Amino acid sequence: MKLNDLTTRAGEWLRGNGPMSEIVISSRIRLARNLAGHNFLSKCSRAQRTAIEQKVRGVVLDGEIAAGTFYVDLADAPEIDRQLLVERHLISKPHAHAEGARGVAVGDEESVSIMVNEEDHLRIQVLKSGLQLEEAWEQINKIDDVLENQLDFAFHPRFGYLTACPTNVGTGIRVSVMLHLPALKLTGEIEKVFRAAKDMKLAVRGLYGEGTEATGDFYQISNQTTLGKVEEDIIQDFRHVVIPKIIDYEHNARRMLAAERTISLDDKIHRAVGLLRSARLITSEEVLYALSHLRMGVNLGRVPGIETRTINEVLLMTQPAHLQKLVGKKLEGDARRAARADFIRKKLGAA
Amino acid sequence: MKCDNCNNPATVHLTEIEAGKKIEKHLCENCSQMLEGIGGSPAKGHTPINELLTNFVMSHSTVGKEQSLQCDACGITWQEFRQSGLLGCSNDYKTFERELTPLISRAHEGATHHVGKVPTRRGSTNLAPRRRVDTEKLKKDLQRAIDAEDYERAAKLRDQIRQAEG
Repeated sequence: MKLNDLTTRAGEWLRGNGPMSEIVISSRIRLARNLAGHNFLSKCSRAQRTAIEQKVRGVVLDGEIAAGTFYVDLADAPEIDRQLLVERHLISKPHAHAEGARGVAVGDEESVSIMVNEEDHLRIQVLKSGLQLEEAWEQINKIDDVLENQLDFAFHPRFGYLTACPTNVGTGIRVSVMLHLPALKLTGEIEKVFRAAKDMKLAVRGLYGEGTEATGDFYQISNQTTLGKVEEDIIQDFRHVVIPKIIDYEHNARRMLAAERTISLDDKIHRAVGLLRSARLITSEEVLYALSHLRMGVNLGRVPGIETRTINEVLLMTQPAHLQKLVGKKLEGDARRAARADFIRKKLGAA
Repeated sequence: MKCDNCNNPATVHLTEIEAGKKIEKHLCENCSQMLEGIGGSPAKGHTPINELLTNFVMSHSTVGKEQSLQCDACGITWQEFRQSGLLGCSNDYKTFERELTPLISRAHEGATHHVGKVPTRRGSTNLAPRRRVDTEKLKKDLQRAIDAEDYERAAKLRDQIRQAEG
């Protein structure tokens, strides 16, 4: 299994080289699909669940879905590996903690992941660095076509692709963009963004999707309506209307802070640098807040010598499962916080 | 204005048509709720949306019948679905079509029909059109592109509209 290789580097989508990556961390599209002639998972027996998993796994591994595809059998995987996959956004938390036959196929340098037997039989995902929604759609649409050649997906002439939860029915598409909005948070204008998003029937969530709090000024914005709209229109709305507007707001807020609240802005940024370069014990939450300010400082050219890519990497590698994989042993409490602080000091150059 | 029933201020104003005759009623919150119980006037001040939905669904199916609705294929009952939020199989969309439609419509900004991608290998029978180009939407996008002075995108949209309108 190639899972252990993952810990040594960040996925393609975290390289921080995509368009608009000073504000847009990543673009993600997922499609929910179910096999025709099989019950949805809540009404599957163990044997039926296993049969579905075997069938989908075979097709996913045989077909030319993505370069270097490998499969992780989650029913067999140790907890730390499942946690690692959650931290890398390759599987959802419920998928990590569920029971019974299930898995995930990962390919194309982690741009592609296909969860098998999550809430639906298949949850196909494409994840890209920066704002690349059209590219993500092109890739996922092709993958869906390839899979569709070998799997008969449940489809209804009126309701479209059928999903276990009717809130996903139709296109089964969820478009999410992960944004870093520290300046809007500092100016208090973030609430306006939330309200506008709500009016547009968009959901705002934290770093890890459904049910997670937004921490460290990282927000995921995604569509909720999946029926009655063509996929391309949903994507175009995000790409050309919603996201550019939020990016503009954030840029304006950053400019305002730099021009009118220079000392206060620099204080925030350099306190973050100080904390990250000096702490001997540090929690994930502290890291998120400090990295958020540091990231803004780097993007505004106020902290020389650090790249966005390094910050993204620290963001990923300092999470519990990654840290334990890196060190090669189980870490808890202060030992974990110390290992985290060591890692960050090495990455950012200690004071 | 005072309530028709008591002396409290009337906050609920109803217009009913009975045998072609218009009858206006002015009631206070309390009386309107009491009368609702008796006469069935939908006069409650703030009905939670889920209650509205349930009432709507109830009024469109025989009371009680819906509770015992069950899918022949997977065995899930309507009630079971309402509790878990998850359906048991594809056939449920057929079995519960009437009950599901208002819920689906509410979840999807009023939409009840799929207009996106269609599996390519499914012959051509009984299917929604592969793409229904929504020119109204394109025109709105065009205006937005012009407003944003994104002329490259505007030109693309203009061509798409021309093509769609033949």
